[in-house]
Amino acid sequence: MRLARAGRWVTLVGLVLLAGVYLRALAFTPIERSQGPAQKIFYLHMPAAVWAELAMVLVGLAGVFYLFLKDPRLDRFAAASAEAGTVFAAIVLTTGPIWGKPIWGTWWSWDARLTLTLLLFFLYMGYLLLRSATPDPALRARYSAVLGICGLVLVPFIHLSTVMFRTLHPAPIVLKPSQPSLPGSMLITLLFSFGVFTLLYIGFVMQRYGLSLLREELAARERAAAVARGRGGGGGDGGDDA
Amino acid sequence: MPLGRGERGGRLVGDTLRHAWTIARKDLLLEFRTRTAVLSAVVFTALVLTVFNFGRDPTAVATIDLAPSILWVTFSFAAILALNRAFQLELENEALEGLLVSPISRTSLYLGKLVANLMFVAVVECVALPLFVLFFDVSVWRVLAPLIAVIALATVGFVAVGTLFSAMVIRTRFAELMLPVLLLPFFIPPLTGAVQATARLLDGRPLSEAAGWLRLLAAYDVAFLVLATLLFPHTVDE
Repeated sequence: MRLARAGRWVTLVGLVLLAGVYLRALAFTPIERSQGPAQKIFYLHMPAAVWAELAMVLVGLAGVFYLFLKDPRLDRFAAASAEAGTVFAAIVLTTGPIWGKPIWGTWWSWDARLTLTLLLFFLYMGYLLLRSATPDPALRARYSAVLGICGLVLVPFIHLSTVMFRTLHPAPIVLKPSQPSLPGSMLITLLFSFGVFTLLYIGFVMQRYGLSLLREELAARERAAAVARGRGGGGGDGGDDA
Repeated sequence: MPLGRGERGGRLVGDTLRHAWTIARKDLLLEFRTRTAVLSAVVFTALVLTVFNFGRDPTAVATIDLAPSILWVTFSFAAILALNRAFQLELENEALEGLLVSPISRTSLYLGKLVANLMFVAVVECVALPLFVLFFDVSVWRVLAPLIAVIALATVGFVAVGTLFSAMVIRTRFAELMLPVLLLPFFIPPLTGAVQATARLLDGRPLSEAAGWLRLLAAYDVAFLVLATLLFPHTVDE
């Protein structure tokens, strides 16, 4: 309960700071010469994209550790991270086309990194669907760990195959071997935004983690109540796991 | 007589493979005796190929341009169909429990299921390929050997990860729907590679042009065979 409430505060701070990112991006960061104002969306798009991928990495790693340690906290974290990752992937998939229309001249293109994000989104959807379709909690944790690990291994393969397929995307300008070629003021805005998105990720995960704790508590109480009813002579029909 | 470490290791591998073959033979025998599943899969594949014929404008698109996609979309559907039944048949009479308590390692169980699934898909592909040649007038004679190699490489990738997932989905709700939803993202890398290699082959270009794609296919196969073998016990244990 405390965790979910703290998560809500972290998220709130993140959202306020996000308004700050907008303010800085729109009023205090120069307009990019060739792309014009459309480039402003990059300050949301890129941090969201990084977190959409990092969240999958964390889901996979949590899966690896879960299979060894069988600690339910790891499973709860993986589920929360997948939910946050889904949100970030959705942000990337909506901001991308908004930028793509004026710059590429098309809402959608089967570009390598776009395709990767789309498949990441499908992977997250599959992960969450598998969780909701597996009623037994222990089985659900193991299945999601297995799928998370497979997803972690799949991502580089998709990356490779889509890059080999074709790419239209602007080449990386920050995370590349040579010096970042982004002008200083833009880089500061970007890093600020990245920090805010990190905060949002943490806030989201805390909230969802807290919520799944509450759900488990509720299920346990319902089971206990059903047992008590059964003992009291009432015809209780047993607890419901779902 | 005590065995040396190498000897014991050798016996372990031998046992694993022998048990795997027992499982595979059991599944294949079941298929062979009933023939319903494999026949349905073959008919389904023929129907998909037929649907593709009507799913294009013959005056606008030459068959050869679409041929690789037709072939690989058909093969992916066939693989999903085959994988759906792989563990489904173990649900009847709690047969899976029987397999799990038998003195067979999980690795053998996975490998056995893998081999049976590969054979099943291979049979469907053996029927689908001539039908594809017939329906779409694609000449494959000159490139038959490399084409079969590409098909084998991609099919191993499909089935390696598919066998793992099919063991998971049987105990979920909507298993038949869940499998394609989970599996199709995993088909993208081998599918892309196979389509690119097939396109080059059907175009009469040398296979060396698709060397990068073949490496991708091989790497995918190795990665997911190892990963699935390691993860499989976690999907079946109670």
